[in-house]
Amino acid sequence: MKGMTNVTINGLTVTAEEGMTVLEAARFMGFPIPTLCHMDGLSPYGACRLCVVEIGEGPRAKLVSSCTYPVEDGLKVRTASTRVIRARKMILELLLGSCPQSKVIQDLAAAHGMHQQRFRQEHEDCILCGLCVRMCEEQMMAKAIGFRYRGEKRSIGTPFDVKSEQCRLCGGCIYVCPACQLRCTYTEPEKAVCGGCENLAPPCLEKDPFDDMMCYMAPCVACELQKD
Amino acid sequence: MRLNSLRDFKAFQGGLVNDRDPNGRTLVIPAGTCGRASGADDLIRSVRETLLHSGLAHKVHVRVTGCHGFCEVEPSILVEPEGVLYPRVSVKAVGRIVEAAARGEILEDLAWADPVDGVPIPRQKDIPFFKKQVRTILSRNEQVDPERVETYIESGGYAALAKALERGNPEWVIQEVKTSGLRGRGGAGFPTGVKWELLAKQPCTQGKFLVCNADEGDPGAYMDRSVLEGNPHSILEGMLIGAYATGATEGIIYVRNEYPLAIKHVNVALEQAEELGLLGQDILGAGYSFEIRVVQGAGAFVCGEETALIRSIEGRMGEPRQRPPFPVQSGIGGKPTGINNVETWANIPVIIDQGSAVFAQVGTTRNSGTKIFSLVGKIRNTGLVEVPMGITIEEIVRDIGGGPVGKATIKAVQTGGPSGGCIPVSRFDLPIDYDSLAQAGSIMGSGGMIVMDDHTCIVDVAKYFMGFLKDESCGTCFTCRKGTQRMFEILDDIIQGRGTPEQLDLLEELARVVKDTTMCGLGQTASNPVLSTLRYFRDEYLEHIENHRCPAGVCKPLISYSINDNCSGCQACVTGCPAEAIRGERKQRQFIDALKCVKCGTCRSVCKHDAVEVA
Amino acid sequence: MTINAEAGVDASEIQAIVARHNEGCGELIAILEEIQATYDYLPEQALRVVARATDRSLVDIYGVATFYRSFSLQPRGRHHLCACLGTACHVRGAPMVVEEFERQLGIRAGETTPDGEFTLETVNCLGACALGPIVVADGAYYSKVDVIGIKKILRKTRTKPERDSAQCTPVAKVPAAAVSNL
Repeated sequence: MKGMTNVTINGLTVTAEEGMTVLEAARFMGFPIPTLCHMDGLSPYGACRLCVVEIGEGPRAKLVSSCTYPVEDGLKVRTASTRVIRARKMILELLLGSCPQSKVIQDLAAAHGMHQQRFRQEHEDCILCGLCVRMCEEQMMAKAIGFRYRGEKRSIGTPFDVKSEQCRLCGGCIYVCPACQLRCTYTEPEKAVCGGCENLAPPCLEKDPFDDMMCYMAPCVACELQKD
Repeated sequence: MRLNSLRDFKAFQGGLVNDRDPNGRTLVIPAGTCGRASGADDLIRSVRETLLHSGLAHKVHVRVTGCHGFCEVEPSILVEPEGVLYPRVSVKAVGRIVEAAARGEILEDLAWADPVDGVPIPRQKDIPFFKKQVRTILSRNEQVDPERVETYIESGGYAALAKALERGNPEWVIQEVKTSGLRGRGGAGFPTGVKWELLAKQPCTQGKFLVCNADEGDPGAYMDRSVLEGNPHSILEGMLIGAYATGATEGIIYVRNEYPLAIKHVNVALEQAEELGLLGQDILGAGYSFEIRVVQGAGAFVCGEETALIRSIEGRMGEPRQRPPFPVQSGIGGKPTGINNVETWANIPVIIDQGSAVFAQVGTTRNSGTKIFSLVGKIRNTGLVEVPMGITIEEIVRDIGGGPVGKATIKAVQTGGPSGGCIPVSRFDLPIDYDSLAQAGSIMGSGGMIVMDDHTCIVDVAKYFMGFLKDESCGTCFTCRKGTQRMFEILDDIIQGRGTPEQLDLLEELARVVKDTTMCGLGQTASNPVLSTLRYFRDEYLEHIENHRCPAGVCKPLISYSINDNCSGCQACVTGCPAEAIRGERKQRQFIDALKCVKCGTCRSVCKHDAVEVA
Repeated sequence: MTINAEAGVDASEIQAIVARHNEGCGELIAILEEIQATYDYLPEQALRVVARATDRSLVDIYGVATFYRSFSLQPRGRHHLCACLGTACHVRGAPMVVEEFERQLGIRAGETTPDGEFTLETVNCLGACALGPIVVADGAYYSKVDVIGIKKILRKTRTKPERDSAQCTPVAKVPAAAVSNL
């Protein structure tokens, strides 16, 4: 039988089962914590750092990603301290600086009152959240795509960038991608997102191997343009 | 021959001690990687040939060892037992040295001489570089031939292991290590005894690991290489004692593959230890078994981090993972794993041998023992120095290091590698210990100490470290990957002359968030080079931003080379210039074409008239 | 033994290497290091064979092969130049040395000259910091290198026979005679 732990979140003490993450416990209590690389049904990865919360007290207090931190007895958590908010804002600024066309990122930024970013503007298709990799490995049992290289050069793709024998063209990777999701929907102007037309090709799928990928998205600018 | 019991070991050791030549002299030649790169091989060959032909081989012996630490003067010869040091020995001088050694004479004209007054100081222990050192670990490098285990045992090796086994109480070993106050020498400074205690408590159902972290990724640090190359058995002994104390069953030495000589010597040592029965089953009859194998790295700085190291050993990408659980609870393959740095392991036999109380007498209250630093950069005496904790930076830089080279002024030291920071000359009165360095905005790290003078640009150093880190980051955490990239971008802008004061504020804000939010040690300390240089050298940043000037004369977009009136027209610079950018008549003042100049600095280094200016 | 990429890879040899190291999946890095020592780089075919032989996904193998800097997925030149860019070497002018190599060879660090003669690489620290800037050419260490000395290093290296693949990582210049014991 799993043990129970007493965790104090934002001053409220809750009993949480051992093995739960701080994110699960906090959300259970109704405390909002933004996430990007987290998805129920996929293993936690802790890459985006948006879900950081402050744990501990005094000079030993530190920020940890709540999606990967296990609950422990006596843990003190603050989900919206000054330090946490400052961190989230900077992370969002970095995200806007790299991937401004993603509606998910734009919504998160708007929710935190961010209207500008001070870095040199980049237009990257991928934020390396790893949702597609985990989807492919854990839900679709294919493991056709993965991370390669490291640091600045880190990217996601198939080995040797050629058609993968393991890929069953299910389209699950596009389905979960935050950079892909909810782009400009073109035919429905009220749902259109500014900057959507900048994203003119499905991220990381510009390659031949994915030509016959099944797309679950409603038709968008990129699709329409490709038809011509 | 296999030593099956403590009695066998003592008999073997006794035999080796008896075989010593009480009257002979030994020429000790340091031949670590840098010794060989300086020409030690030719020296060794020459010494051997001379001994053969002169017939003095019965009076004068040769011992080839690892690094002694005074790299600046290698290839060198140390004559035992008097301890006379002959620096920068050329092959031509070998004959004289061998004959003098046979007669017991000292050649003052070949001895090290004080650069200021020229007075020769023949005995190594009197030379300023050595005087303030406490060479507990490095002195063993002088006594041991790393490819012959007999030299290790004859000079006291494996006696600590025998002592521990004789005592028969693993708990006693752990208490000794705790009382000694030894803190991890890899950088974080976690109390070793506490780590061992935690590891010992873990159940050992499917095995328990001990790892020696010899990844030494910090550029500028090479003390681990020297200990591993020069005295590999000290590590094996440390790990054997550790295994006895904690119940570990398997040991791994993780060495970076850029250290081929260290890998070779460790493998030789493992073979010889196994032959003697010091590794394997039922070691010395004490009823415990331990095996050690070598795992090579493949060029990833992040693999020096504990959890990334474990991933690398498991054959995966070196991506760190969240702690808890900690490696002592769940490490390699989920089994309890205790990871310690090379220097930490080397200190273990010393503690057991001397006793924890004696060990703790060196250093300060919460920082006991010695630490080896690699003193490199813009300093006269470059090399490895072993000093007691608590010594000041000033003492290391001036007394041991000999101060700056030429007419330069020392500006700062950088400690802790890419995870550390710069400490300005105004704070050189700081004692070297884990806590005071952390308070000053740096860290002890693995012990790299890079000296910088007024020709080193601090902004360039910060950019260098950021470039290193963005390349070495595993890339998982968004804040580390993007953060190091953006910090590099801003620093580059500043160096190119495009920086703005707002960018400086942004740099600081970003640095703090990266430090706060990243999961592993690499990201958490990645901001230190930026934050510490901003703390102490903000003026230099502002000079680049507001006045588009690089005071140190380093940042190429902000400097230009020119020739002044001192020029004699010798045209040495013209010959050396790779871009053919210098013109002029012979015996007349030369002229540098700014459009062709690539600012490589060659003209300045060859000019003997101080005629090249950088502004 | 150097094998031309076009000529293909000997699958049975790869399997033998894997078998030699198969004490659990932890040996992957050692396997790749041995393959690189044999072929001078990691050919695609070899990695595919490794994936099958170790029963691990190709994504994993490819990830490991690309993560670690000492692995090369491209064939390398006949002569291998490795310049140290560690901190101590940096403050003593190593970047100038690298730039000069780049200029004289006409390539960037990490690349191979079009005629396949030289590969120029940089490494983050060789651990011989007192002698910086350091350049290792086909396993031979050159210390305190400055811009002027580069021509000589290139000349000396060109005249040497093609290096042994096993010397891809810098090894100390160690004549066998010097290491033996009297």
